[in-house]
Amino acid sequence: MNELALSVKDLTVSFQTFAGKLHALRQVSFDLYQGETLAIVGESGSGKSVTVRSIMGLLSKNTLVEKGEIRFKNQNLLDYTDKQKEKIRGSQIAMIFQDPMTSLNPTLNIGSQIIEVLEKKRAMKRQEAVEEAINLLDLCGIPNPEERITQYPHQFSGGQRQRIVIAIALAGDPEILIADEPTTALDVMIQAQIIELLKKIQEEKQMTIIFITHDLGVVANVADRVAVMYAGKIVEIGSVDDIYYHPQHPYTWGLLTSMPTPDLEGKLYAIPGTPPDLLNPPEGDAFAFRNEYALAIDFVQEPPFFEVRPNHYAATWLLHPKAPSIEVPEKIKERYNHFEEKIKRGDIQ
Amino acid sequence: MTVNVLKEQPLVQIKQLKQYYNEGTRKEVKALDDVTFDIYAGETFGLVGESGSGKSTIGRAIVNLYTPTDGDIIFDGKSWSQRQSRKSKLSFNKEVQMIFQDPYASLNPRMKVNDIIAEGLDVHQLVRNPKERTERVYELLEAVGLNRDHATRYPYEFSGGQRQRIGVARALAVEPKFIVCDEPISALDVSIQSQIINLLEELQAERGLTYLFIAHDLSMVKHFSDRIGMMYQGKIVEIADSDTLYSEPQHPYTKSLLSSIPLPDPDYEKERQRITFKPDGNFFNPSNQLVEVEPNHWVYQ
Repeated sequence: MNELALSVKDLTVSFQTFAGKLHALRQVSFDLYQGETLAIVGESGSGKSVTVRSIMGLLSKNTLVEKGEIRFKNQNLLDYTDKQKEKIRGSQIAMIFQDPMTSLNPTLNIGSQIIEVLEKKRAMKRQEAVEEAINLLDLCGIPNPEERITQYPHQFSGGQRQRIVIAIALAGDPEILIADEPTTALDVMIQAQIIELLKKIQEEKQMTIIFITHDLGVVANVADRVAVMYAGKIVEIGSVDDIYYHPQHPYTWGLLTSMPTPDLEGKLYAIPGTPPDLLNPPEGDAFAFRNEYALAIDFVQEPPFFEVRPNHYAATWLLHPKAPSIEVPEKIKERYNHFEEKIKRGDIQ
Repeated sequence: MTVNVLKEQPLVQIKQLKQYYNEGTRKEVKALDDVTFDIYAGETFGLVGESGSGKSTIGRAIVNLYTPTDGDIIFDGKSWSQRQSRKSKLSFNKEVQMIFQDPYASLNPRMKVNDIIAEGLDVHQLVRNPKERTERVYELLEAVGLNRDHATRYPYEFSGGQRQRIGVARALAVEPKFIVCDEPISALDVSIQSQIINLLEELQAERGLTYLFIAHDLSMVKHFSDRIGMMYQGKIVEIADSDTLYSEPQHPYTKSLLSSIPLPDPDYEKERQRITFKPDGNFFNPSNQLVEVEPNHWVYQ
C-alpha cells in the first residue's frame, strides 16, 4: 500500500442535545492511503457525515470530541485552532457536499466563487485566477467555460452545478477530497457522469478521495477500500473485493442482500427493525437486536475487531474462534464462491 | 412476482393523454405528450424515468388532481368527464388512493396517527361509531406492521420507515382497488426500503390491489413490477413486461438508462460500459408512435 495520507484513531464524538447526550461516533478508527478511494457506507444517522465533518473541522457548537485523534502530516487536526483549520480547509482537504442546489451561493456568479478560492488559497493574481478558473471548469466538463464563467448557479442544471462544486473543491489543489453523497440528489445518468468525472480527476491529479454514500452500487464502482458504518461505529472495513465477495459482518450481509439484483426471484431480504437510538445506545453490539445471527454475548459485550485477512477487519463475535459455526445466507455464499475463484485465479492476493 | 393478470380487463386506461402547462405561451411545457397505456387489474405497473420526465404527472393526473389538456383517463369503465360530479369524485376517491414520496411532508404533524388513518373512514362514512373506528385503525396498524400503541402518537415520534407505513395504512383504510405509489421508497434508507417493498407485495397478495409504482430506481422497479413503462420527456418510449425490458431493451434511451445503473458487484462494475443517449431529430419526429414490436412489447419509434 501507499503512504498514509490521514489516520483517524479512536474518534469518539457526542452531541449535547436537549434530550441528552447523543453518541454520534464511537471509537472510529481507519487509515487513508495516498491515491486511494475509501468509501464510507451506512444508513442515515450511522455517523458517516460526522466522521468527515470532524476531519474538516466543521462540527457544530454542541459537539464534544471526547476522545481520539485525526493524524494528518504528523499533526493532530483536533488540536488545531480555528485559524489553523481554516488554512487546511480547501487547500489541503476539500469537501463536496450532497446538494449542489444549496452548496453554491445563488447571488454570486460561478466564476467569482472559484476565483475566491484561487486568490485566497493559492495567492493567485486576478488574471491568472480567471484563466485557472476557466481551466478548472473545462476539466470538470462545463462546455464553453469562457462564456459561462460569468453566469449564475440558477442558469445551470443540477448535474452541471455539481460539476461546478467539484471545480471549486479542486481550486485549492487539495491532497484529499471528501465527497459527501455527491450523487444522491442526481438522476442515474447524471450520477454516472459525475462518478466518471471524479475518477478522471483522481487519475490525473493522484487525488486521495473519501467517498460517502449509502448506495452500494456506486461504491462497487468507485472504491478501492470500503468501511461499513452502523450506529456510530465502523463494523467492517476492507478492500472492495473483501467487502463485496467475502463479507463477514451480518449487517454487511443484510445490506448486500436487501438490494435487488436483476436475477433475483422471490422475496427481497429485509433487515428487521430500525437502527438503535443513539441517545441510549444498547448494551453490547448495537446491531444485535436486528441480527438473526446474534449470539448471547452480543447483548452483553461489544465485539472487538477480528482480522479476517490482511487489512480486512470485522467487528462481530462470529469471528471469535469459539463462536459456533453458522449457515451463511445463500446469496452471500454465492459471493464467497466468487471470492474463492478470484483467489485461485490470482486476482486477489 | 407473477400475478394472474386479466389482460382483457384494464382497470385504468390512459388514452392519448396530454398535459400541457402554460399552454400557447412561450413557456409552454409538454409534461405529458400523447401518453397511452393500460393498467390491468391485479398487476403492478412500474413507471420509470429521470426527474422531469413526467412520471409523477401521470400519477397525479390519474388521481384526478389535474384537468387533462387533451385525451382521457378511463377508470373502471368511466371516462374522466363522467367522473367530475361531486358525488362521483367522492366514490372515485374511495377506489383510488396514493402513497407519497416524502413520509415527513405527507403526514399532518398536528394530527394523531389514528386521526390521520381514519380521516378516509370518516369522509366516506365507513364506520358507524367511535368504537368501530378505533378497531379499524388497530387492524390497519397491525396490517402494516405497527402496533396499537402507535395510534395515539404524533408523526414526529416515528422514523421514516414507520411514517411510510402510516402512509400505507391511510391509503388502505378506504379499501381501494388501485394505489398510486409515487416514489414511496426513495426517501428511505436501504435497509428500510426492502421492508416497505415487501409490505406492499404482501398487501397486494392479500387484497388483490393494483399498483402504479413510480420510481427512478430501475433495479427496484424491475423487482417489484409486472410491466414497466419507460418515460422520457413526457413520452412513453417503451413498455414491456419487466424481464423483457431488462433483458431485451429496444429503445436507445432504455438501453442507456439500463447501462447507467450501478450494481453491488465490483467485477461487473469494472466491465460495465455506459451507453450514452442523445435524442436526435428522429426522436422528435411527430409521426413517431408506440409500435408493438413483439406481443406486449411496445417501442416508440
